[in-house]
Amino acid sequence: MARTLWDSSVGKKTVMAVSGVIMLLYLVAHMIGNLKIYFGAGEFNHYAHWLRTVGEPFMHYEWTLWLIRIVLVVAVVAHATSAYQLSRRDIKARPSKYVHKKPRASYATRTMRWGGVILGLFIVWHLLDLTTGTVHSGGFQEGHPYQNVVDTFSTWYGDVIYIVAMLALGLHIRHGFWSAAQTLGVGSRSRDRALKTLANVLALLLTAGFIAVPVGVMTGVVS
Amino acid sequence: MKLTLRVWRQKNADAEGAMSTYEVDDISPDMSFLEMLDVLNEQLILSGEEPVAFDHDCREGICGACSLVINGDAHGPERTTTCQLHMRSFRDGDTIDIEPWRASAFPVIKDLVVDRSAFDRIIQAGGYVTAPTGSAPEAHATPVPKADADFAFEHAECIGCGACVAACPNGAAMLFTSAKVNHLNVLPQGAPERETRVLDMVAQMDAEGFGGCTLTGECATACPKGIPLVSITSMNKEWLRATRKAGKR
Repeated sequence: MARTLWDSSVGKKTVMAVSGVIMLLYLVAHMIGNLKIYFGAGEFNHYAHWLRTVGEPFMHYEWTLWLIRIVLVVAVVAHATSAYQLSRRDIKARPSKYVHKKPRASYATRTMRWGGVILGLFIVWHLLDLTTGTVHSGGFQEGHPYQNVVDTFSTWYGDVIYIVAMLALGLHIRHGFWSAAQTLGVGSRSRDRALKTLANVLALLLTAGFIAVPVGVMTGVVS
Repeated sequence: MKLTLRVWRQKNADAEGAMSTYEVDDISPDMSFLEMLDVLNEQLILSGEEPVAFDHDCREGICGACSLVINGDAHGPERTTTCQLHMRSFRDGDTIDIEPWRASAFPVIKDLVVDRSAFDRIIQAGGYVTAPTGSAPEAHATPVPKADADFAFEHAECIGCGACVAACPNGAAMLFTSAKVNHLNVLPQGAPERETRVLDMVAQMDAEGFGGCTLTGECATACPKGIPLVSITSMNKEWLRATRKAGKR
């Protein structure tokens, strides 16, 4: 069954849809967690510490966190690999373009591939900035995420990279969520409007929720 | 009407093609698009040039032979087949671009004619029902719920013209394949091959070099028979169901 899934273009789309939904669920949790920054350093840092102790005493310190990280890495790799292979196939299937060109499809649909690449690069930067601190502006302090977040969004490029990436995320989810529903066979004529609305609401809420953090720092509400 | 036509000319499958410009005059707005091309070809024959090759057959919108991309749209600006498109959809003095279907699975044979036998092979892979030959069975012997009959008929309307592939930015044949799969999979007559049909037809579709679906919806917009985009969703559902069942076996 695994072979059939990976050998077929429909199966690869299924892999994309499932991995996309996993990442989407994670993003909802991530976004809600981020908003705790508005309740001060104490609560935000406490939340960040709690993430490492989830599941204790059954789970050891950071086990749950690493489990989530492993699932996410698998999801990102599966999503990107199938996207790359499907895109290669799509481009090969339509080698010659029409002479008479027309504007096609919605902006969200047309930017799925490049938007995905931008998001992939963003994730690398984001991890190096706020997880490992490798490219962090100013001194990265392990265990003080509140200060680290404020430092990042006190630089103009930190704000620009983040906000651009979150807009790309919104567009990606707008087409991606609805598409995943179609790929998994959940869509139908009667559900189409509801699914499109849900995709738009998710895209809007996630983008707004994530952007609220740099906006908070820029306006001085979070400092 | 006086029109400027820019037509894709290509000697054969291996030759390089290019757009050639022709002028046609005295075109009636009541002519069909193909009749307008007939006028052009008569003109070309009289001047000793090679006429433009294009596919056509019934000229009443039911056979799926005609296949032109007109000003970037498969079958042109109206939602119908090229043969049912009339010159009143254009204006006097217009320049019209005419190109063949573009997809690597539909290679150009000559000018505007492409080889669509990839569709035939998808049908061969599973677009049939197992039925004993002989006299026709009693029509009421197999009850079909009205909703299923309507669903099947909606998909049976597909004439296999390939406009969906031509319109798709990925050259995907998902709408065509889904129409054929859904048509038979919903009916009791198609039940014995319900799983193998969808698996084999999708596998053949992939093998022919068609692209994948990115749900841009261009196919359903171009389809002269109005096969809806949600057909692809229904086929995905059938494919997942069949894959699950095949895994259990």
